[in-house]
Amino acid sequence: MTDASLHTPEPRKKSSLMTVNARTKSRNASETRFRMYGIAAVAAGVFFLVVLLTAILSNGVGAFQQTFITVEVFLDPAKLDKKGGREIENIKKVSTFGYTPLVQQALFDAVEANGIETPLTKRKDMKALISASAAAQVRDYVIANPEQIGETVSFRVLASSRVDGYFKDRVTRTSVARDKNIKPVHLDLVDGLQAAGVIKKQFNIDFIVGADASESRAEQAGMGVSILGSLFMMLVVLGLSLPIGVATSIYLEEFAPQNRWTDVIEVNISNLAAVPSIVFGILGLAVFIQFAHLPQSAPLVGGLVLTLMTLPTIIISTRASLKSVPPSIRDAALGIGASKMQAVFHHVLPLAMPGILTGTIIGVAQALGETAPLLLIGMVGYIATNYPDGIGAGFLDPNSAMPAQIYEWAKRADPAYYERAWGGIIILLVFLLTMNIIAIILRRRFERRW
Amino acid sequence: MPVYWLIIIVLGLAALGYVLGRRRALASAGGDSRRLHSLPSYYGSNVAIKAVVPAFLLMIVWLLVQPLIVDNRVIGMIPQSEIREGSSAGLVLAEVRRAATGLENAVQSGAMLEIEARDSRADFTDMTQRLKDAGQIVTSTITQPILLAAQKYRELSNGGRFYMWIAVLAVAIAGAGWGLQGTTPDFRARNTVERAVRMLLVGAASIAILTTVGIILSLIFNTLEFFRLYPVKLFFFEPTWLPSFGGGIDSDGNPLSKLGILPLLWGTIYISLIALAVAVPIGLFAAIYLSEYAGPKVRAVAKPMLEVLAGIPTIVYGLFALLTVGPMLIGVFGADGLGWMKAGTAVMTAGLVMGIMLIPFVSSLSDDIINAVPQAMRDGSYGLGATKSETVKQVVLPAALPGIVGAILLAASRAIGETMIVVMGAGAAARMSLNPFEAMTTVTAKIVSQLTGDADFASPEALVAFALGMTLFILTLGLNIFALYIVRKYREQYD
Repeated sequence: MTDASLHTPEPRKKSSLMTVNARTKSRNASETRFRMYGIAAVAAGVFFLVVLLTAILSNGVGAFQQTFITVEVFLDPAKLDKKGGREIENIKKVSTFGYTPLVQQALFDAVEANGIETPLTKRKDMKALISASAAAQVRDYVIANPEQIGETVSFRVLASSRVDGYFKDRVTRTSVARDKNIKPVHLDLVDGLQAAGVIKKQFNIDFIVGADASESRAEQAGMGVSILGSLFMMLVVLGLSLPIGVATSIYLEEFAPQNRWTDVIEVNISNLAAVPSIVFGILGLAVFIQFAHLPQSAPLVGGLVLTLMTLPTIIISTRASLKSVPPSIRDAALGIGASKMQAVFHHVLPLAMPGILTGTIIGVAQALGETAPLLLIGMVGYIATNYPDGIGAGFLDPNSAMPAQIYEWAKRADPAYYERAWGGIIILLVFLLTMNIIAIILRRRFERRW
Repeated sequence: MPVYWLIIIVLGLAALGYVLGRRRALASAGGDSRRLHSLPSYYGSNVAIKAVVPAFLLMIVWLLVQPLIVDNRVIGMIPQSEIREGSSAGLVLAEVRRAATGLENAVQSGAMLEIEARDSRADFTDMTQRLKDAGQIVTSTITQPILLAAQKYRELSNGGRFYMWIAVLAVAIAGAGWGLQGTTPDFRARNTVERAVRMLLVGAASIAILTTVGIILSLIFNTLEFFRLYPVKLFFFEPTWLPSFGGGIDSDGNPLSKLGILPLLWGTIYISLIALAVAVPIGLFAAIYLSEYAGPKVRAVAKPMLEVLAGIPTIVYGLFALLTVGPMLIGVFGADGLGWMKAGTAVMTAGLVMGIMLIPFVSSLSDDIINAVPQAMRDGSYGLGATKSETVKQVVLPAALPGIVGAILLAASRAIGETMIVVMGAGAAARMSLNPFEAMTTVTAKIVSQLTGDADFASPEALVAFALGMTLFILTLGLNIFALYIVRKYREQYD
């Protein structure tokens, strides 16, 4: 203390708050820089989101449109019903190979009728333009309406995937140079047919409701069957994980004594929430398929695996909403003579319900987008061409699921399938968005602040 | 008749029991429910529970035990001569089971008479053909002993089924009767019912434990099976991954497939590191900006937008890596650009996309942690004249550091366990290289490729997936427990 007073103070440098010295300047600069880093980070995150969404939309929207050819097919009795008599057994004997020439002839006639000049002079040259599914489409129609044989009927058939690609700028004249399936002359013809209104790009409902197709028929493939597969899976998930999750949470939150067993359960649940999804797939494969011999690729098994995966999410959110119900509600119920069980089931649970439902919807939405465990229980590689023929079959017959179908398409070699995969993602995201919006509305509408 | 009819009948009995129990309770109190110990519906539920629970328990036990007994009895009937070279009793038993199901279905569909299916002197060559004609799947010709065994199998299981029906129905009726018997005004029905409900709740809570036990057991058993077929040392220390299609053993007794985990672990770690290098700076700075600088309006818009990234399914990121990021990187680093990259699928592709996926993880977790730092610490720092960034760097971040490390570890465990992005974006070749533009593969991607397709579950090439799964499980679990420990320890400091 005394030392200090002996010291003669150095003359102070004259400075003013109004003039910024070098040190303050550098501190302020570093402040601005730091702030900029923050803005840049947020902007980068938002930028990635925008890029992702743009990529999805710009690549996927095309899948909802498809190129169709409208042709007048003469259902030649000499080919389709050689014996006459229109007996259904005889008509069914004619395979799609019998119908292909008729469709090709019809398109060839349309080319001539519209006076389009082309070096293609044979009926068979039309093959490159028409999807292989057209013959089957005509055949199905004839089998359903055998009396139409001998008439000329107008059909809207799918164009081949190359023609479709040409309409969507995926196939160009330079890219077809090495293509075995289509030649530039065909593309000239397509231009002519488009001008004549025979070929048109239209909205394709079959992409949303249709079934998957074989590798070579990208133009025919749709998501419908796998949407059903996902739906059945989500029914299993909802039917199992909601009651089990709610029961678990009620026990842990309201009844469980504070002992080691309860601790074990709690630690377990929080760890299960962080187990990689593929491990649940291994569990499903080992327990449900290898051990219990449940059918492979069945939505039931997929649902069971996803249930185990969703349970921790639902339990965590249910416990949070049970916790948010104030103790006064319980005390009041107990005070007028309700048992503990009655207080919980008659009062606490109904009040916590909006929160529980919100958590459940979010959990189910998460399960809907999950792919990895489905790969292991065989929900890929299976071509989902048939709709399940009933509720039981819907649960037990092999099927695909939306994300598994998208993965399947992404693996196929034909670039036409990439567009379908992006389109499938749009459908998947629409489902997820709807579910999340419902959850948000539920929360806004029913949330109570105590 | 299938089992679900039995379930429906038992449930019907329970419903009936509910009505009767409720009525009996009211009648015993002379129609005045105030004289009862509990509400009348509790007496009804009591009867219903006593009808359903023992009956269903018996049914489950029966369904589990009966096949074991039947298998045991039937396997004794198969002579040693039927078990061919390279086959086992289990395989023959499967054949017997198939034949028995074939017989059953043939009888059900009317293609065969009950007498014929039971006839032990039936000509077995004829039987094979007839089963095939009836549309049943018969893989090999049914021989005499197998046919006999199949007939016995069918007889035993059908007989067992029949007795199960009788036993279960008897137990259900007895249970309902017992419940009705006890329905007196003094009976504490509510306590009984509530005890049952409580048991149900405990049962539900145990499912989480059962899942973990299931995961661990299925991993351990199959991993042990794998290590029986493949040396442990080679799995952990061999630097090559090269499964051969047929499997087999070379002349020295070593397996032909080389299943070393090292290249897969390296790929996993490399991709995760790149992902974290993208996600941690962006996520952390975004969290700092949003919690310390941004106004409420910016926060209300930017935070949900970042969180949308977390809600997007991984298959979308996978496709994004495969079809957008891969070709884009090829354009810059490929043959037309710098010439470093040969194919679109590479460590860089998967790492970048995974990094994008992890941004919201890091940002929202760190956001919570930064917000948990008490305002008083910031105020103290401002009071000493520090600027905002100095406060963040020297006060807030050090205080939040353990929590942030925890968040990063959680993100790392996510990255290690991520499957779809690496399956689609990282390639399939297992190699150990430092070049991030080369294709590499990960533990998760190999689990998928070894377990999909028609792999035979007994081969080391398929079983290795369980050993990989086990490694993955232990790795992620360890990271999680460590991260949670750090986060929890830190939280206690300021609470």
